[in-house]
Amino acid sequence: MTPSSPPRGTARPAVGRPPWVLVVPAVLGLAFLVLPLAGLLVRAPWATLPERLAEPQVLEALRLSLVTATVATAVCLLLGVPLAWLLARVSFPGRRLVRALVTVPLVLPPVVGGVALLLVLGRRGVAGQWLESAFGVTLPFTTAGVVIAEAFVAMPFLVISVEGALRGADQRFEEAAATLGASRWTVFRRVTLPLVMPGIVAGAVLCWARALGEFGATITFAGNFPGRTQTMPLAVYLALETEPEAAIVLSLVLLAVSVIILASLRDRWVSP
Amino acid sequence: MTLRARLVVDRPAFALDITLEAAAGEVVALLGPNGAGKTTALRALAGLTGLSGGHITLDGRPLHHLAAEQRPIGMVFQDYLLFPHLSALDNVAFGPRCRGASKAAARRVAAELLERVGLAAHAAARPGALSGGQAQRVALARALAVRPRLLLLDEPLAALDAHTRLEVRSQLRRHLAGFGGATVLVTHDPLDAMVLADRLVVIEDGAIVQEGSPADVARRPRTAYVARLVGLNLYQGRAEGHRVKVGELLLTAAERLDGPAFVAFSPAALALYRSRPDGSPRNLWQATVDGIERHGDNVRVHLDGPIAAFADVTPAAVADLDLSPGRPVWAGVKAAETHAYPA
Repeated sequence: MTPSSPPRGTARPAVGRPPWVLVVPAVLGLAFLVLPLAGLLVRAPWATLPERLAEPQVLEALRLSLVTATVATAVCLLLGVPLAWLLARVSFPGRRLVRALVTVPLVLPPVVGGVALLLVLGRRGVAGQWLESAFGVTLPFTTAGVVIAEAFVAMPFLVISVEGALRGADQRFEEAAATLGASRWTVFRRVTLPLVMPGIVAGAVLCWARALGEFGATITFAGNFPGRTQTMPLAVYLALETEPEAAIVLSLVLLAVSVIILASLRDRWVSP
Repeated sequence: MTLRARLVVDRPAFALDITLEAAAGEVVALLGPNGAGKTTALRALAGLTGLSGGHITLDGRPLHHLAAEQRPIGMVFQDYLLFPHLSALDNVAFGPRCRGASKAAARRVAAELLERVGLAAHAAARPGALSGGQAQRVALARALAVRPRLLLLDEPLAALDAHTRLEVRSQLRRHLAGFGGATVLVTHDPLDAMVLADRLVVIEDGAIVQEGSPADVARRPRTAYVARLVGLNLYQGRAEGHRVKVGELLLTAAERLDGPAFVAFSPAALALYRSRPDGSPRNLWQATVDGIERHGDNVRVHLDGPIAAFADVTPAAVADLDLSPGRPVWAGVKAAETHAYPA
């Protein structure tokens, strides 16, 4: 805001000044969100950054994080989009309950999610026992376990976003497709999916970001084995206890990756 | 008859129950006020709204138990609902693709149809880049591309501005004339119905109140709604010969009949006088001016009295007669312009 009066001819919206009771908390909130990130940048050991980044442990954790978050997002898309469609388009008894259940992992502490996964998919778990005896598959403390933990925590973001997009989409387009002879599967594939694509992409981005940052469920269900289950957030936490500077470097990498990918996707998909 | 249907749809606070027939090549218009059930009837024919009762047969085959995608129909929606992510060509090719045509064959059919509706140059355009009139023609081409036996049009011209409407109406009439199957269209605009349809079916409150050729409906309305649509004064009374008793008033009509009857005359046939005219063989009564409004180039005068009536007079006549609300006048209409028909 400029204290001097605006030059003649420039029209100002006639809504008055934003009230300070809103502006002050807004600025405080912004500072609260941005300052820690700035602190990260200020404290970063810029001089030794290149060699620290080239350390095999860092690269390994980064690779593992990117791969597992991407695979987890793919799993979420494969299962979450049909689930969102079911919730938005098919009325069945208990739909409200199902919708509430889907959002439980959102509010559940991730560690609790990890414990729950262990109880079901662990070696002594209900499904885990069967998986091991029937297929010889064990999930806890494996890379697949990391994917499962991440997908469990991240899927609600995708489902909620896609369901919202489906509810917002004009269902009469689907009716028009039906009058043209399209089966429900064809309608979904050729009409519904393209119409809600921006919602799916936004949901996938959220889901991916959540998976990339996943910590609690991962460390509980998949453990912390470098190269196998040690993702970036785990590496950051571990490094913080032994070598704080390494933790800062790892955090910077995580921050940079998130910002770069979100920004590039935003330009391409999210903004109109 | 190719289409025979009895459509019964029961909803809380609304019930539709109509019987509908349409021959091959015939265009039937469902005409009615908003909320009369026209669109519900059309959606029931398409399979988008379930029937509570009744049946639909097309060429002797029952249709009502088939899902929408299995019915041999084409539908044009009120706001067209062209798929925004597909080009005009792919919108038209969508139906043939769904019904098993190869991509190349479907596109060939679509290109032909776009050519026929004069939009070959816009084949690659997305719906967002088309004008209202163009979108309407793409929607028609898309519906025709599945070679339907029954074509359904929901308010096909309602979304267009007045100028485009005129042009699209005559084009649509030409395309409908070239279509071999039965057509059912829904409209609340009497002009659209008169121009496009071979037969009118008027629906009010979920039931048919009148049906017939456009000329017949226009000349012999049977409800106040239809009379207002076609612009006639309409009364119900009892006829004895040329005389029809409407309330306390005795009107002389051109036709002779006996029993319950409708009497109708045009607002333009109604003449107004300041004092009682002498010696003319007219139906005459004393009325009071209730209201005056502009109506095209003329002025429409609402009259109160033994019968409520509209009279269309010139602005000059309004000045000459010094008409204003509350003013008493004499109203007269010639017997030759007063038409009676059985109720």
